[in-house]
Amino acid sequence: MTEVKAVEIKAKLIPIYIMGKKYEVPETLTIMKAIEYAGYRYIRGCGCRGGVCGACSTVYRKPGSYKIMSGLACQTVVEPDMYLTQIPFYPAIRSTYNFEELTGKPEEVFDLYQELFRCVACNACSKVCPMDVEVMDYISALKRGDIKAAAEISFDCIQCGLCASRCMGELPQYHIAQLARRINGRYLTPQAEHLKTMVANIESGRYQESLTGLKVMDINMLKETYTARELEPATGGEDWTPKENIGL
Amino acid sequence: MPYPEELKKLIKVVESTRAERVARKLKNEEVPFLSLDARTDRLKYHPDFKDEGRHELSIGPSKGYKIAHEMAEVLEAHSRVNPADVNLIKTDYETDVLVLGGGGAGTSAAILAVENGCKVIIATKLRHGDANTMMAEGGIQAATKGHKDSPYFHYLDIMGGGHFNNVPELAETLANNAPSAIKWLENQGCNFSKYPDGTMKTIHGGGTSRKRMHYAADITGAEIMRTIRDEARNHSDDIQVLEFSPAVELILNEKGECAGAVLYNMETEEYITVKAKSIVMATGGSGRLHIQGFMTTNHYGATADGIVMAYRAGVKVCFLHTVQYHPTGIVFPEQAEGILITEKFRGSGANLVNIEGQQFVNEREPRDVEAASIIKECIEDGKGVPTPSGKVGIWLDSPMIENLAGPGTVEREFPGKFILYKRFGIDISKEPMLIYPTLHYQNGGLEFKNTGHTSLPGLFVAGEVGGGIHGENRLMGNSLLDIIVYGRIAGKSAADFANENANGSKLSLEHVIKYNEEADKAGIAKDKVAPMLLPDYTDARIREKQLTSHYVGTMR
Ligand SMILES: Cc1cc2nc3c(=O)[nH]c(=O)nc-3n(C[C@H](O)[C@H](O)[C@H](O)COP(=O)(O)OP(=O)(O)OC[C@H]3O[C@@H](n4cnc5c(N)ncnc54)[C@H](O)[C@@H]3O)c2cc1C
Ligand code: SF4
Ligand code: SF4
Ligand code: FES
Repeated sequence: MTEVKAVEIKAKLIPIYIMGKKYEVPETLTIMKAIEYAGYRYIRGCGCRGGVCGACSTVYRKPGSYKIMSGLACQTVVEPDMYLTQIPFYPAIRSTYNFEELTGKPEEVFDLYQELFRCVACNACSKVCPMDVEVMDYISALKRGDIKAAAEISFDCIQCGLCASRCMGELPQYHIAQLARRINGRYLTPQAEHLKTMVANIESGRYQESLTGLKVMDINMLKETYTARELEPATGGEDWTPKENIGL
Repeated sequence: MPYPEELKKLIKVVESTRAERVARKLKNEEVPFLSLDARTDRLKYHPDFKDEGRHELSIGPSKGYKIAHEMAEVLEAHSRVNPADVNLIKTDYETDVLVLGGGGAGTSAAILAVENGCKVIIATKLRHGDANTMMAEGGIQAATKGHKDSPYFHYLDIMGGGHFNNVPELAETLANNAPSAIKWLENQGCNFSKYPDGTMKTIHGGGTSRKRMHYAADITGAEIMRTIRDEARNHSDDIQVLEFSPAVELILNEKGECAGAVLYNMETEEYITVKAKSIVMATGGSGRLHIQGFMTTNHYGATADGIVMAYRAGVKVCFLHTVQYHPTGIVFPEQAEGILITEKFRGSGANLVNIEGQQFVNEREPRDVEAASIIKECIEDGKGVPTPSGKVGIWLDSPMIENLAGPGTVEREFPGKFILYKRFGIDISKEPMLIYPTLHYQNGGLEFKNTGHTSLPGLFVAGEVGGGIHGENRLMGNSLLDIIVYGRIAGKSAADFANENANGSKLSLEHVIKYNEEADKAGIAKDKVAPMLLPDYTDARIREKQLTSHYVGTMR
């Protein structure tokens, strides 16, 4: 088992301070594995173990520096004498809304999140973001009414909540960003025409006969059909079309 | 940590053959695909074919079925809680539809159940969205481009990938409902990667005959999960979410229908009961069982719980004899071990390359064939690359993508992985990645129908917990699809059941009592309990000193 093996390997032990208390842990471990190595058992503060769920946000300081550092426990490797705590949850208010009724106007975002304008542009949020998202920039974009820019800037947000924990203006930044991304996806980006056409074609039963044909086909014949199917070349462009139009 | 000197030297070998490999790729002159027979031969190197790794289930509805020890053991285990101790007279919660699992399948089921007039409780193990769905990177399949693709070709690919053993109706429903699933996601505001005119970008994945993999940069699953979770939160009046409260047992009623579940609040250590008119099982996969000791890409709570609970209640399992190993998991740097490198790298043109700098397999073979080929190249042919921690790996030549699609492509198309490696001092647009197969997906699971129904009335299945759609091997992109298609179907069916069927009144855990007796008779040790809930990574050194701790299974 990976998680266990990492420990078996003879790595040098270094001291880290978990919530102020000293533990000696192998220097090659991530903070998450180091905390487990120290004897803790996760219920909160651990989700994907792969850097995408935002369950394990961690803040720490290093000796001799005033700086607050941050990282994901599952992705950050321990350093000697780091002082750390995980922040598995931070309260933040989310507004509910009827998504179907939105239209993509900036005022809708302003109405749902009036606290946007409490931002004092201190940039503490961007500094603490473990995903290097320019949080203040997406908040500023929203204040300007540029929802698209906010959606793009915030794309890598994993909703860990650290920005909200540091915010002078008490904003729930990541909830606002989520709203921006949904509005962008639905109302500010052209919808896919080919998708609409395909859904309509399926509903009209266009492919049902050929598909049923495959379903009832004997297995050897199915295997042959599979092997003989024309493969779109890896380097082909968007407009590539197959030679024959069976099944289309 | 950056690559040490020895590996840097080996990277030179990869660089020396790159120009030629790029040229071949452009001319479409690569290592050819294996014939169906050659595939079968190659699969002998796949871990599924190791007979010493498996045994026959000794009890339950699929008794005699041979599957991996780790999976068989949780299925044969005793219940965590003594059924007689649970108060079923006064339940703690009551609702129309109870959804077990807050991943993609559970969340879409919940939304559909609400749309169909039901009150819903989602009970989930960690936070809402801490799930395999969140981790999916590569993409979601659907035949949406009618000038070259259709459900016909999608179906063929699904069947071929699954070795033609898939349940045909399940595969058909998947292919047919794929475009409407994408449409639903687009309507929810998912940010798919698109061309300026709104055309969705699509690429190949292993085993696809047409480019039909839709994606949202390299965080497709996260984009889908956070979007539909946000939508579920908009219905907070109708959807109550109980986090850190995994289900440990299903509850039946006097008519033999599924009518609720026992949950375990892991924080307060209380067992709580929920009475419901119908139940959607959407607890996902089982990577954290670490089958055959493999590393895994799965989230912390992927421990096969749903299969265990439903199996005890009489639902058969299928296709669990195959487990999907993702061909490309990180083996170096060690801190990132097990983490998945999406197939999209190969779809975008990166070669798999051995220690001699040679491509040895076509990168678009189905996953099991690809994984078996890598294992063969390393173990049988000795052409793997040794890592500093004593393992072996194969190069995934990501810099090729820059040659093929222009400088900057790697950073733009794979921002997540680019940053991850950058933190270790490795620039994957210039240096290749070192990979090895990692435990990834539970191909099989509970038997169910294309309406979401199981053999147990009132119990519906959606997502990775179910088996049959993908046969013996799932193609990339068909699982994110499966959770949306079948999540929606199960949500609707569960709502119909809740609306139409009168609720039985008398709740019972009799089936659990019986199952425990069966386990006793089969000689299963009393200290084997399931569902596992969470894996135990406590170091032996610590465990020895936990003098007053009492472990039930893996939990303290
Ligand atoms: C790293 C990675 C990358 C992937 N990439 C792709 C890809 O590119 N394309 C693709 O199609 N597929 C991909 N997959 C597969 C796909 O993401 C999953 O198969 C799919 O998301 C499963 O969805 P689900 O809702 O069934 O399960 P999950 O998303 O895992 O959700 C299950 C939920 O149930 C909860 N749960 C577990 N046990 C209990 C219990 N006892 N009681 C209550 N709740 C419980 C879990 O905590 C979790 O929240 C990937 C998977 C991984 C791990
Ligand atoms: S923007 Fe905020 S919530 Fe999102 S990842 Fe950064 S700190 Fe976390
Ligand atoms: S921390 Fe709050 S106040 Fe400061 S810049 Fe960010 S959003 Fe504005
Ligand atoms: S555990 Fe999910 S981001 Fe670290």
